[in-house]
Amino acid sequence: MTKLLSGWGRIGVPGREILSEDLERITKGAVLSRGLGRSYGDSSLPPPGTLDVVATPLADRILAFDPASGRIRAEAGLSLRELHRVFMPQGFFTPVSPGTKFVTLGGMVAADVHGKSHHSTGCFGGHVHRLKMRVADGRIVECGPDLETDLFRATVGGMGLTGHVLEVDFTLARIPSPWILGEGERIHDIDAFILALKEAGKTWPFTVGWIDCLSSGSAMGRGILTRGRWATADEAPDAFPREPRPLTVPFVFPEAALSRASVRAFNALYYRQPLGRRGIRHPDQFWYPLDQILHWNRIYGRRGFTQYQCVLPESAGIDAARRFLELLTSKGGASFLCVIKDCGPEGQGLLSFPKRGISIALDMAVRDDTQAIVDALNERVIAEGGRVYLAKDTFTRPEHFRAMEPRLPEFQRIRRLWDPEGRLKSAQSVRLFGDKP
Amino acid sequence: MKVAVLGATKGMGRALARAMAARGDALFLLGRDPAELAKSGQDLAARGAKGVGHAPCDLETPETFAPGLAAAETALGGLDAVVVTAGLFATQDALEADPRLLGRVLDADFTGTILFCEEARKRLLARGGGTLCVFSSVAGERGRKPVALYGAAKAGLSTYLEALDHRYREAGLKTVCVKPGFVRTSMTAGLPEPPFAGDPEGVAATVLRAIDRGTPVVYAPPIWALVMLVIRLLPRFVMRKVKF
Ligand SMILES: Cc1cc2nc3c(=O)[nH]c(=O)nc-3n(C[C@H](O)[C@H](O)[C@H](O)COP(=O)(O)OP(=O)(O)OC[C@H]3O[C@@H](n4cnc5c(N)ncnc54)[C@H](O)[C@@H]3O)c2cc1C
Ligand SMILES: NC(=O)c1ccc[n+]([C@@H]2O[C@H](COP(=O)([O-])OP(=O)(O)OC[C@H]3O[C@@H](n4cnc5c(N)ncnc54)[C@H](OP(=O)(O)O)[C@@H]3O)[C@@H](O)[C@H]2O)c1
Repeated sequence: MTKLLSGWGRIGVPGREILSEDLERITKGAVLSRGLGRSYGDSSLPPPGTLDVVATPLADRILAFDPASGRIRAEAGLSLRELHRVFMPQGFFTPVSPGTKFVTLGGMVAADVHGKSHHSTGCFGGHVHRLKMRVADGRIVECGPDLETDLFRATVGGMGLTGHVLEVDFTLARIPSPWILGEGERIHDIDAFILALKEAGKTWPFTVGWIDCLSSGSAMGRGILTRGRWATADEAPDAFPREPRPLTVPFVFPEAALSRASVRAFNALYYRQPLGRRGIRHPDQFWYPLDQILHWNRIYGRRGFTQYQCVLPESAGIDAARRFLELLTSKGGASFLCVIKDCGPEGQGLLSFPKRGISIALDMAVRDDTQAIVDALNERVIAEGGRVYLAKDTFTRPEHFRAMEPRLPEFQRIRRLWDPEGRLKSAQSVRLFGDKP
Repeated sequence: MKVAVLGATKGMGRALARAMAARGDALFLLGRDPAELAKSGQDLAARGAKGVGHAPCDLETPETFAPGLAAAETALGGLDAVVVTAGLFATQDALEADPRLLGRVLDADFTGTILFCEEARKRLLARGGGTLCVFSSVAGERGRKPVALYGAAKAGLSTYLEALDHRYREAGLKTVCVKPGFVRTSMTAGLPEPPFAGDPEGVAATVLRAIDRGTPVVYAPPIWALVMLVIRLLPRFVMRKVKF
């Protein structure tokens, strides 16, 4: 029996990871590289007919570091967890962090990740100076914002389709302490939420919201807004924050566990949680609450799950989020993780996801009607002038993707310059970009 | 601690060297590829090791042993411990099919490693003692179907290390023989994973403790001590039947 490989959503395809410390060796002739497999959908999976993908996590050395500037060069498989283990005690943190520390530098470049700080620091690619890559014809080249610019812009956010990232050279953010000063606020509906999010972004570098996307009517989009910044040395405890010991989900849950009723109950409880006043937060609890439970993706059952994440642009108006949630509730898309984020200006990556507006992300267990729900949401998002995030996507149709991505022809043009024979591809690029398997 | 490591570029050696760097040990790297050694040296320096030098040393080329260790002693200005994680592995099928490869594995894991240890032993004893930590394997514990050839080399190595400890502990040389079980490194990538598989970081923590205490034999992950106890007790007619 062939082994299955999957993204975080646990929807598998036949595949196999080729693991080695020596990326230069194993990327020769390979169709795709993959990091820690934290993209939800099929972006890190081999195209049909191919089994092998390069897995980078063993290539994780720090190759240069300048403590004066925070500039670092490291191999693409270095994880955020390890990066922080080494550099937080020295007063540095990644300039941009997604919601999990189990990602690699290569994955952060390829998805041009964003986080709670998008309105203040943009995407990860904006902090990158150089990438060392193996491109389709086998050559090893360096690119950056001022070197082989086209290759760089297509690689940042390009989901691994322009070449294998071997090394990443970027600048870490200096932090005054390893602790966060944070506060939470309950917000009663979606319109108020968006106003509060935008308002908070003016003074707080990190903001994020959780919304209950099952409540409807006047409570639609009620939720909890979290604001934070690094604590100053004076505010912070003296002790260095120890990494909490995670729990683990030991087995795949049965499907019935996540019924609409249980999600509704969870959401109601979560909304009423005691907020705790403004105060010092452990950095792991603030940045990576989900990492406290290993293998939490198993709770969605045997068929796996998907995350639907879209950005609704500012131009669509403040009502766009309400229209989106109304559609979602009418379709019965239950989710207990519905995250809302403030997006600043578009990054330089040609397929980079965020643009000015708000992003909404929700997890859905795969059911018979998942495709129909995603189709309906996509039509709504296209009408609003928004787009979906490739790092999360499993179900978008190619025609919908083309409609939401006017930048695609330019991306494909550059891709073809660097890979005329179409050697580099993924399950996702076959599904969405029209690549031949 | 001033430590020379043969094999720090990859796998458990990389993890162990990192654990030593994190507590500020002075490291000197020995290995086959100078460019790789330089990169690993950078990595260890960023993690807190003081001034990481390196010199060429190849288990299949015994002429490199004395100069390599001499360079380490000079650069470190002394020597408290020598660690050998370097080793060569191939599956039983591959080794049976290719006598040249078999020759290399036996040569590197037995002859080469022991010649290297002899050189390290002399140097450490000349300084009044120290620690010699060498990675053997649980594969050398019992004659087993999937590791008949690789296991034979490791069995020989383990016996040598045990005797070395008996012979020289009084003179100040502590020998630490590490017996890893199945550990997820590129050496084992693609092999079917048995129960109780471990990760290099966990192994590193276990081994570092053993080095500090001078434990003569250490299984890593520790549960493998129990697994091997059971396997050693199995009668031959059972070993003939089972696949492991
Ligand atoms: C709990 C959770 C929270 C998350 N929160 C956020 C968030 O807030 N913001 C956000 O932006 N994302 C978020 N993500 C998504 C995640 O950050 C991205 O999917 C990221 O790309 C995963 O990195 P990875 O190393 O696991 O890469 P993988 O998932 O293994 O791969 C992702 C893509 O990167 C490519 N790739 C990986 N390594 C290389 C390389 N060396 N060279 C070329 N291509 C490469 C792959 O081909 C693939 O297309 C979250 C994911 C999870 C599970
Ligand atoms: N992984 C396991 O499950 C397991 C189980 C039992 C025992 N072991 C033993 O534990 C030790 C470490 O294993 P590992 O999994 O960490 O291995 P690994 O990841 O393959 O690393 C092997 C290391 O040895 C070096 N090396 C190989 N041949 C060499 C030579 N001829 N001269 C000098 N250096 C050489 C390599 O350096 P380069 O960079 O030059 O390649 C590399 O640094 C080995 O002795 C192995 O036999 C491993």
